[in-house]
Amino acid sequence: MRDTDFFRRWMTATAAAVEREADRLTELDSPIGDADHGSNLMRGFTAVRAALEAEPPQTPGAVLQLAGRTLISTVGGASGPLYGTLLRRTGKELGEAAEVSDEAVRQALYAGVGAVAQLGGAAPGDKTMLDALVPGVAALSTSYRAAADAAENGALATVPMLARKGRASYLGERSIGHQDPGATSSALLLGALAEVAG
Amino acid sequence: MTAAAAVVGIVLVSHSAAVAESVAALAAGLAAGGAVAPIAAAGGTADGGLGTNADRVVAAAREVDRGAGVVLLVDLGSSVLTVRALLVEGELPEGARLVDAPFLEGAVAAVVAASTGAPLDAVAAAATEAYDYRKS
Repeated sequence: MRDTDFFRRWMTATAAAVEREADRLTELDSPIGDADHGSNLMRGFTAVRAALEAEPPQTPGAVLQLAGRTLISTVGGASGPLYGTLLRRTGKELGEAAEVSDEAVRQALYAGVGAVAQLGGAAPGDKTMLDALVPGVAALSTSYRAAADAAENGALATVPMLARKGRASYLGERSIGHQDPGATSSALLLGALAEVAG
Repeated sequence: MTAAAAVVGIVLVSHSAAVAESVAALAAGLAAGGAVAPIAAAGGTADGGLGTNADRVVAAAREVDRGAGVVLLVDLGSSVLTVRALLVEGELPEGARLVDAPFLEGAVAAVVAASTGAPLDAVAAAATEAYDYRKS
């Protein structure tokens, strides 16, 4: 079973990973985006860490809902509502329980990823976050490590894709040959989950 | 004020504070002649950069809500996704609606319609119909 502290550590580990990789995320966002993904996410997850410290939530679901709400408020770019919706929906699915099973986490994340797809109207193959999240969540039934690896591979697989959503889609063919920044940060999120799960 | 007399509010959400404010001023100027519906601009990030400030969007919607609904017009990317996410989470006033419309033309059409006292459906339709106005 996973307790509230597990989810707090997941968010803290994600904040650390985003901070460590911020320059790389912004670099990936330079040729096909507006060169702010790393700084936007860093601002968001720094605020998440502060919010979780200021008013520590009492359940796993509450941790993720607070994190999601904070991201929507603070990121400023499209990744705010997208990651915000992912975490809030996942948190809502976890309900009020003080501890949740790995199976509950898997199902909740599955619902969260579905909410992201609905919000952005994207599908796997469109060169978005979903190209890491969908295979990542599918591999959760094996292990957290398998999910992180699948998300990482999914992010790498966005390189030859043609962007069909967001600012990168305006580039058409010129979006090909670049790794998607959102898929890359999604792999960090699932990598942090595997890290805290040990 | 009775519900029938309430006016639909308009919120303009842009990546740029200057764009949101200028389009609001333009729409209000072109609609002038009678009472002008309440308009609020929600542009840029909290630190004055380009992007979307969700808290500002929520505040703007509350500011123009007179009980007859609020129409939100957005530019692109994070503006669209932020308003959609706020609607899903129920954080905007009851009767708040994201309309699919060209930002500037839709804003003018919405403000003109709302200023006549038109109900929410008619204001939203006027904004969307602005897509049909061809320029060449």
